[in-house]
Amino acid sequence: MLQFIAGRLAQMIPVLFGVSLIAFLSVHLVPGDPIQIMTLGRATPETIAAMHAEYGLDQPLWQQYLTFIGNALQGDLGRSIVQKTDVAKLIGDGIGVSLYLLAYSAVLSVLIAVPLAMWAAARRDSAPDHVVRLASMVGLAMPPFWIGLLLMVVFGLTLRWFPIRGFGEGFFGHLHHMFLPALTMALFLAPILIQSLRSSILDVLEADYIEVARSKGLSPRRIMFKHILRNAAIPVITVLAVNIGWLLSGAVIVETVFTIHGLGSQLVRSVGFRDYFTVQGLALVFSVLVMLVNLAADLAYMAIDRRVARA
Amino acid sequence: MAIADASVKLSVAGRIGRELGGWPLSLKIGTGLFLTIVLAGLFAPLLTPYDPYYQDYNSILLSPSWAHPMGTDMNGRDIMARVLFGTRIDLLICFIITFVPMTYGVFIGAASGYLGGKLDTVVMRILDIAIAYPFLVLIIVIIAILGPGVHNIYVAVLLVGWTMYARLARAEMLVERGKDYILAARVLGFGRGRVMFGHALPNIINSSIVFAMSDFVLNILLLSGLSFLGLGVAPPEPEWGAMIAESKDYMRQAWWVTTMPAMAIVLTGTSLSLIGDGLAQRLGQNRRGLM
Amino acid sequence: MDAAPVSDAVRMASSPDILKVVGLTTEFRGRHSRIRANDDITIAIRRGSILGIVGESGSGKSVLCRSILRLLPPSANAHVEGTVTYDGRDLLSLSEEEMRRLRGTELRMIFQNPMTSLNPVWPIGDQITEGLRVFGGLSSRQARDRGIELLGRVGIPSPERRFDEYPFQWSGGMLQRAVIAMAMAGSPKLLFADEPTTALDVTIQDQILALLLELQERSGMTLVLVSHDLAVVAETCDRIAVMYAGRIVETAPTKSIFDAPHHPYTAGLLNSIPHLSEGASRLKPIPGQPPDLAKLGQGCPFMPRCSHASADCSTSAIRLNETGPDRFSACLHPERIVGAAP
Repeated sequence: MLQFIAGRLAQMIPVLFGVSLIAFLSVHLVPGDPIQIMTLGRATPETIAAMHAEYGLDQPLWQQYLTFIGNALQGDLGRSIVQKTDVAKLIGDGIGVSLYLLAYSAVLSVLIAVPLAMWAAARRDSAPDHVVRLASMVGLAMPPFWIGLLLMVVFGLTLRWFPIRGFGEGFFGHLHHMFLPALTMALFLAPILIQSLRSSILDVLEADYIEVARSKGLSPRRIMFKHILRNAAIPVITVLAVNIGWLLSGAVIVETVFTIHGLGSQLVRSVGFRDYFTVQGLALVFSVLVMLVNLAADLAYMAIDRRVARA
Repeated sequence: MAIADASVKLSVAGRIGRELGGWPLSLKIGTGLFLTIVLAGLFAPLLTPYDPYYQDYNSILLSPSWAHPMGTDMNGRDIMARVLFGTRIDLLICFIITFVPMTYGVFIGAASGYLGGKLDTVVMRILDIAIAYPFLVLIIVIIAILGPGVHNIYVAVLLVGWTMYARLARAEMLVERGKDYILAARVLGFGRGRVMFGHALPNIINSSIVFAMSDFVLNILLLSGLSFLGLGVAPPEPEWGAMIAESKDYMRQAWWVTTMPAMAIVLTGTSLSLIGDGLAQRLGQNRRGLM
Repeated sequence: MDAAPVSDAVRMASSPDILKVVGLTTEFRGRHSRIRANDDITIAIRRGSILGIVGESGSGKSVLCRSILRLLPPSANAHVEGTVTYDGRDLLSLSEEEMRRLRGTELRMIFQNPMTSLNPVWPIGDQITEGLRVFGGLSSRQARDRGIELLGRVGIPSPERRFDEYPFQWSGGMLQRAVIAMAMAGSPKLLFADEPTTALDVTIQDQILALLLELQERSGMTLVLVSHDLAVVAETCDRIAVMYAGRIVETAPTKSIFDAPHHPYTAGLLNSIPHLSEGASRLKPIPGQPPDLAKLGQGCPFMPRCSHASADCSTSAIRLNETGPDRFSACLHPERIVGAAP
């Protein structure tokens, strides 16, 4: 097991290199002078030159990259000129919120997707199946920002059941505040989950060992939960992990709509402010996050399906 | 007697009719719907008397009526005209950002999968890196560098959108190249290029085409999402996402202002998904398609 | 004479037949077709015997076992008629719950492909003991002990260690032993084995058959062995039923069938077995193809391929007739078959 993790981490290094390079370049590929842009052209040439020196922008590119990496590994992602704080702090403030949103959304989407997928698979090719599949297609085409707005207007403003912005205080405060945003993301992700879970259940239903289970006299309930769902859930873990990128993309939009101070809205704000340093830090963090989630999913998969552990 | 019928030659129209008749229901509905939308966009000036940019301050936030079938927005512009002209914007841009990367993406992926070696290693590394970025985030980062605007969206997507197709094509090619007919072609002495593109590629292109349909939907969401965030098409252009962004504050009193463009997105996206589902069935991959 | 009425169950329990099938017909109804996979099957299976059911693919032998145990997949839209009497009760009219209880304990079945018969993500031992825990009320500890014992009985070495292993770690032969152990767990009275050796190597086939025979002898259970291979059935079974196109065409003690078949299809099967000992000669396959089950009409389904057929073969109603001591045949003219003796 440890060997596997070590091996995967080693594999990840070239990717980390590439990923960090892209993040790094986000400052340096800017047409024009980044410092000048970030100071909104208000600084004098001397100040700009001084800042160039301070931020090491006068050094050769490869040296800057190494400094960047070195600092990053120590948790220092530079300082945002525009927002006048350390980038690491900006990110640290937002990451908890975003992770909460992601987890909450994943849970809600599983809660929505599993019963629907089961229902559709059990009544394959008949009306409920078609309805679920059609609903999935429509759901996939619905822009998340609109779903968010709709939920916000209906349940937040009109019915006043839920607050419409912010993260809230305390455990229940969080749950309450984040329900609508998480639901928006869940509705956004559910069609994909339903599709793959349904497919996976259908595959398992046709397997020989299910017929064998029936021949053992086991009740349909037991077969469904202990055999079918357990086996069908396995590929879904991969689907969830693969779609983490999708979820994060959705988070960018949902956080903006619901004014939640997570990494996503931070990204949009930073782009608006031309805050290149923060964009750089965020780019790095997002990609590392995705890679970690994929690694965790692989490990989880291995724990559940012993066949993979062998390979 | 009956034997003679089997060899009747159908006219071109007859053959087309027969092919279309054999299409799965989802493909028929999807294509019909999508074509309607395309035509609506194409003939937009003929379908509405209004100028999508003209602001009539006497007609602010009018609810849907015979005069304005989709109502008017907070600047007095007719929404239906904007939705129809917006169709041109969204469909054109998304068409380009879907199918252009598809061509070279499939090309690169297929070559990488077939030829292996150094090319494959390099391509795989690039793909790994690209996968590590959430797509929207990557596009936003690129736009952060280059600045907002449609032309930069083109640059961003054309720069990174090919990776999904490359992954798919590569995976399929890895399977395909082990098959007997490829071996036969090589034994016959055909050059690598010919075998790769003439023989193998036509067989793996199906999954890419089906995938392109869902990619098209996702790109519509991407474009409208970026525009919503202010990073894409900006008002007064009638792009659907931008329209929703502009009017979001008026959702409570004038539901039609945001809902009409949203419906356009949903309808277009659903028709594309139906086409994708139908294509998958038709091309034989998915035996359990919808309808 | 007013003797106290003997209950059906008691009478059945002491009757020589453990299972009596009368007029079993299974039809698969699709949107455009009706396929009679089993047509008017009537057969009695003697308690403690070994019955072999032989037929080619599509003859309906697997469907027969599944129809009796009511294991046909719901999506197949199967309609089953007739009576199947077990232990004084008609299996076809039991509730699904009662049927499940029987399947969990007394009526078991093992299938053809051991590699896919077990759930790949469950440990093997848990699957073997699942029935014991659900129906037998055993605790995990007790079930585990019994499971290890069963594994030992079917010839798995070091069963305590192997109990927790996964199917992908075992070979086909070992997996089939595990499947047999799983079937034996509830001490079944009647075991159906649907082509249990077809997917295995030839050397392993013998071992598995020997194991089945040994278990049958020790427990006294009734064994129904389904196979397309006459050789397999000849070595092991007391009695053979030959199936063709969804019907039973002949039933007889094994030796009788081999000495003198009473149905042209059986004769054809026997003739098509290569005999090394008799010197080189051409193989004699049965000419023609098995019929399309959706398009069966009146008369004998074998007629188009039969060299002894006459006009009445295509018009008369076909049923099993007694053609000798303890022998039945569906052929109208068994006397025409060369070598047929009463």
